[in-house]
Amino acid sequence: MSSFLTYLISGLSLGSIYAIIALGYTMVYGIAKMLNFAHGDFIMVGCYIIFSVSGALSGNSFIGIIAAIILCTLLGITTEFVAYRPLRGAASPLAVLITAIGVSYFLENVALLIFGADIKSFSSVVKWEGLSFADGQLRIQGVTIVTIAISLIVLVGLQLFIKKTKQGQAMLAVAEDKGAAALMGINVNRTIMITFAIGSALAAIAGALLCSAYPSLSPYTGAMPGIKAFVAAVLGGIGSIPGAMIGGLVLGIVEILSKTYISSQLSDAIVFGILVIVLLVRPTGILGKVIQEKV
Amino acid sequence: MNLTKKSKDNLITYGIVVAAYVIFQILSVTGNLSSHMKGLLVPMTYYAVIAVALNLCVGILGELSIGHCGFMCIGAFTSAFFSKVTENTLPSALRFVLAFVIGIAISALFGFLIGIPVLRLKGDYLAIVTLAFGEIIKNVINAFYIGIDGKGVHFSLKNSMELGLEPDGQLIVNGAMGITGTPHNSSFTVGIIVLLLSLFVVLNLVNSRDGRAIMAVRDNYIAAEATGINVTRYKMMAFIISAAIAGAAGVLFSHNITTLTASSQYFGYNASIMILVYVVLGGIGNIRGSVIAACILYLLPELLRGFSTYRMLIYSIVLIVMMIVNWSPKVIEFRKRTFGKFSLKRQ
Amino acid sequence: MKKLNKAVSLVCSAAMAMAMLAGCGNAESTGSAAGGGTFKFGAIGPLSGGAAAYGNAVCNAAELAVAEINEKGGINGYQVEYSKEDDELNAEKSVNAYNTLKDWGMQVLVGSTTSACSIAVSENTKADNMFQLTPSGSAVDCVKYDNVFRVCFSDPNQGIASAQYISDNNLATKVGIIYDSSDVYSSGIYQKFVEESAGKNYEVVSAEAFTQDNNTDFSVQLQKAKDAGADLVFLPIYYKDASLILTQANTMGYSPIFFGVDGLDGILTVENFDTSLAEGVMLLTPFAADAKDDLTVNFVTKYQEKYGETPNQFAADAYDAVYIIKQAIEAKNLTPDMSVSDLCEALKSAMTEIEAKGLTSEKMTWDASGEPNKQPKAVVIKNGAYVSAQ
Repeated sequence: MSSFLTYLISGLSLGSIYAIIALGYTMVYGIAKMLNFAHGDFIMVGCYIIFSVSGALSGNSFIGIIAAIILCTLLGITTEFVAYRPLRGAASPLAVLITAIGVSYFLENVALLIFGADIKSFSSVVKWEGLSFADGQLRIQGVTIVTIAISLIVLVGLQLFIKKTKQGQAMLAVAEDKGAAALMGINVNRTIMITFAIGSALAAIAGALLCSAYPSLSPYTGAMPGIKAFVAAVLGGIGSIPGAMIGGLVLGIVEILSKTYISSQLSDAIVFGILVIVLLVRPTGILGKVIQEKV
Repeated sequence: MNLTKKSKDNLITYGIVVAAYVIFQILSVTGNLSSHMKGLLVPMTYYAVIAVALNLCVGILGELSIGHCGFMCIGAFTSAFFSKVTENTLPSALRFVLAFVIGIAISALFGFLIGIPVLRLKGDYLAIVTLAFGEIIKNVINAFYIGIDGKGVHFSLKNSMELGLEPDGQLIVNGAMGITGTPHNSSFTVGIIVLLLSLFVVLNLVNSRDGRAIMAVRDNYIAAEATGINVTRYKMMAFIISAAIAGAAGVLFSHNITTLTASSQYFGYNASIMILVYVVLGGIGNIRGSVIAACILYLLPELLRGFSTYRMLIYSIVLIVMMIVNWSPKVIEFRKRTFGKFSLKRQ
Repeated sequence: MKKLNKAVSLVCSAAMAMAMLAGCGNAESTGSAAGGGTFKFGAIGPLSGGAAAYGNAVCNAAELAVAEINEKGGINGYQVEYSKEDDELNAEKSVNAYNTLKDWGMQVLVGSTTSACSIAVSENTKADNMFQLTPSGSAVDCVKYDNVFRVCFSDPNQGIASAQYISDNNLATKVGIIYDSSDVYSSGIYQKFVEESAGKNYEVVSAEAFTQDNNTDFSVQLQKAKDAGADLVFLPIYYKDASLILTQANTMGYSPIFFGVDGLDGILTVENFDTSLAEGVMLLTPFAADAKDDLTVNFVTKYQEKYGETPNQFAADAYDAVYIIKQAIEAKNLTPDMSVSDLCEALKSAMTEIEAKGLTSEKMTWDASGEPNKQPKAVVIKNGAYVSAQ
């Protein structure tokens, strides 16, 4: 039993990382209705900024995180303006998806040229050791608790922002129908830009936590967690913010438990298999809205 | 000649492929083609083939698939397995033809099996499930261990030691190490034949009664259903054909490179997305565009080799710029205003 | 759609024209190369993508060796030209890279860096009868043709040597393994290690895999080894993943002996890595960047100066490879005006005769199979540095 709990806690810590990435993902995805494949690379950029700034300031990670949030926000706004905005209203929604892939390659290769291909070890921004139970048999790492706490804060913050502020309502309106929102006097471009700004800031925070939990940093650090978080966001239901959180946690726990009890070689297949099954039972994810299509 | 506009258009497509073939053959025979270019010809054909397959799925059927390389992977592995087993028993021409039959048939079978759950979903959910299947296929094949000895075929999902092969046995599929030493049968000529055949299949499908039904489903499935079109049947049909053609590309792939491993570079979601890039840049639903775009975009990073370390960076910038130039509503409008008078006559 | 078509075909024809030009230009240079007064060495490796660290190490070190040789007057009085190409860890791209180098006039290939790519390229070098010396292609099939030799140990060789070493030195009674099931190198060593472990004085109690898509969380693999009571964990993997494993083992308070192979070399030079985590890690490696012999000191200093990184065993293998080729060329008194095929034949026989001294071994010899004959060194990490284990 205790070993099961140990695995469950591992799953929780992996899941919490997926959850915080998925929150940023789903934010952009739900409102701008675009799959930002470069989101994982924004995370990587955030990590490199923290790494460089903290390194220059002899380990002061707080200023590093602030710098990462600011620079990632700027990067998000710039990317949106340069690469995504010109394609708004293109004949196919796939156009902007492909551009996002271009942006992803671009960021990875810039990082490769600046920082080199070799991995760098990241010093955790969370210095707290965590909690131990049962004479140290069970331990929850500090970074896991911090990640879950931050995820919850972000979750509540985003919900409040969207439900209670004018800007948040504008986002909902844009998500629902861009044309109608514009007719209501909402500045669609500005709304989407703000969405990207928030999404990118969240990417910086997620990056800090990802690299604190798994301290290895390379130009490709963000790619795989990014795609897993996307899977988590879909699992939870596209556009649903609590769904992203639940999806992330479920994905992490399933991944760890399948590795433990079934096969470590086939765990990817099992995780994706479960995604398929969940979507067959609930075609719009765990918390997704069922939309009745009309003629 | 009394050709309809459609069939004239199709003839142009075949013509371009044949012309490219003739030009490259002449260049090659007269010794004007560098080894680098010669080596690129076969990959170009199979990327063109899989781009055609994906365009059938994305452009004609209207369902976004980001796991198409999974089918390519199945075609590649089944055919390479067959070729490897029969390497010393069958003459190479017959073996290669049979390898195609097997690769295509099994990919089509998987297209059917995967199509059942996938086609029940819609939009982004469907896309993510295709991605999931692509990753599942890759992951499972990576854990395959198959060996053959006097007693028959041994199979394991764990490791090669579990097979318990006799000393004379041969390990054919060795997990992550995949299949090595597949006979090198693919050539530019075979690649072009496969490309022409897949174009023939897809273009004829598009212009047939079935094709029109498929496109009706794409444009408005509720209306199509109301007209009495069997939506599931047509969706399935397009999906299976698409998977089968992707499998054919896989056969070409595995018989061109002698080491076949189920790794992300070839069959992961990233590879599938690269194919999607070909399709989108060539024009969604535009089959000829896919062939051309696949060739250009495969060539591009190769031609950029001169830039050494900046190669992939330049490639990414070119990709973004090409997308904006080709797809941005503002740029299209600008192009229309500036160059509009030249093309008016043609329309 | 029409417009799009036109735009696309325009770009296409431009690209085609470019390709033709490139093609013609290259074809000419092939012709002139044969009569030139320089040797042309090429190297291939992943210079972009997730494995770029390995490819860069190989290509940089080969470049460094060539520069050194040229400074000292070249080989038999002839200068050496060097060119590198990227293969993105993709066998197909590796063949493209090979063809590009061939057009450039390459006479000897140092590469490819990775096993699958090296195997794919060897098919072409065989057809062209070009001499190929792979610094780090360790799979068995890399050297299946007679024109291909390698500098590093083969995968099975490392598996056998590790099993032997653990048993000879009574390092453990229960062994856990964590390996990368999506990687050719790692699963090759793992398979041989398990086969070889039968009948040894220890028992393999757990063997858990991970894949390149799933290489952030190792808690399960470690926990399983811990629960099974493993007192030694065998890590036939690269240092990238190993640095995470060591960190996570430390967080969960699990401290067995970690035992690695040459892929683990490089772990001490990971930027910002807490080397105390690697304390007591044992590895079989042919190369140690902090060795004090003149050869290593010279190489490491120059490499750091030029590329700002500490070289790992990939770099050492490639550096040796260039010098081995130099020695073989000198042994047979070869000249650059010989054809690729003649060079290959001469080098093939030279390889079985020479006895090389390099960074990765005091003494290396080869037989016609292409396998090197050299002794692995076991080292243990003490106070952040390698110390000989004996």
